[in-house]
Amino acid sequence: MNQEPLWQIFISASLVNNFVLAYFLGICPFLGVSGKMGTATKMGAAVTFVMLISSMCAYGIHALLVIINAPFLQLISYIVVIASTVQLVEMFVKKMSPTLFRALGIFLPLITTNCAILGLALFQTSKGYGFVQSIVYAFGAGAGFTLALILIAGLREQLEFAEIPKAVKGAVLTLFIAGILSLTFMGFSGLGRQ
Amino acid sequence: MSKNTSKGFFESLADGPSTDEFIKGLWKDNPVFVQVLGMCPVLAVSNTAENALAMGLATTFVLLMSNILVSLLRNFIPKQVRIASYILIIATFVTITDYAIQAISVELHKSLGAFISLIVVNCLILSRAEAFASKNTIGKSILDALGMGIGFVFALFCLGAVREILGSGSLFNFALFPAGFQNWVVMILPAGGFFTLALWLLLFNVLKEKKAS
Repeated sequence: MNQEPLWQIFISASLVNNFVLAYFLGICPFLGVSGKMGTATKMGAAVTFVMLISSMCAYGIHALLVIINAPFLQLISYIVVIASTVQLVEMFVKKMSPTLFRALGIFLPLITTNCAILGLALFQTSKGYGFVQSIVYAFGAGAGFTLALILIAGLREQLEFAEIPKAVKGAVLTLFIAGILSLTFMGFSGLGRQ
Repeated sequence: MSKNTSKGFFESLADGPSTDEFIKGLWKDNPVFVQVLGMCPVLAVSNTAENALAMGLATTFVLLMSNILVSLLRNFIPKQVRIASYILIIATFVTITDYAIQAISVELHKSLGAFISLIVVNCLILSRAEAFASKNTIGKSILDALGMGIGFVFALFCLGAVREILGSGSLFNFALFPAGFQNWVVMILPAGGFFTLALWLLLFNVLKEKKAS
């Protein structure tokens, strides 16, 4: 069992090994919904919620699979849990706030295929985190994802009215911003190491 | 049942426009450069040409197999649960691929890490299943998968080669430059992945604009 202290897990997941900027997980929604600050924040919250739930479920499933000795079912069972959690969130958002539902659009069901969530479940298993550690890890990863999304959205909003060549607009510009952000996040490396 | 499908298979191969299904994935609808799909593995494992190629081939295999199965089952899967079924089909083949790579080369498996498992959530595969294989015959689906797969391998290789040449001064582990060459370390780091992909996309956009005008 991994003995890493909780604060270290949190710092590592949110800043040093930021899921988007260091592991390239969750790039699709990152490119898709990072245009507006409001949507980006809500998307981050939705992803964090799904991460927390699926991380808890993944911990339980992993324990069960170890007992029945069927590691090859890991991937399939994780993805099923994630897909059903996303379905739950989708129904919840649709009922509670139809405007947000429309704003997130196709990207809400696409949380299922957000690599950040499956990646989180796989990483926590391979690192051998305990239950509390897993939750902190999920929370840190979600916070890091939201932070990256908000940063990009802020920058993109600022660049909205800048004069840029047509060929650079869209994905190319976002990727350049992401590259520069990724460079700045490298400044955190070494943080939280004992 | 199997007799019927094999007949349909050969019939569909004889269909006229099939070559289009193959060609479009290579250039016009290239999954990475034009559709901007499946970015996570593209950026994450393209730090060397070898990793990029292995990842591309693994993805192509999963894409091909899942396209075949989805196309075969397209009349049996109820509409409401189709996405869940597609993901289950994809996850099965990814598990197979994961174990196969582990058996072939432990070293490769280590350097690709969790990203083999993450092929499951590659939007490219799900989007081909949903947008193409669920509506077309098996022959067309195979060609579509091969075209898209090769397009994906090509794109990954473009990225991996640039990053390896500039970042480590080598290609497929063969040194290219004389000893005095200063490696661009940033190219191997995550930031280099974003920059290289951005530049490739830029190149494609410029080419497209030139063609249009």
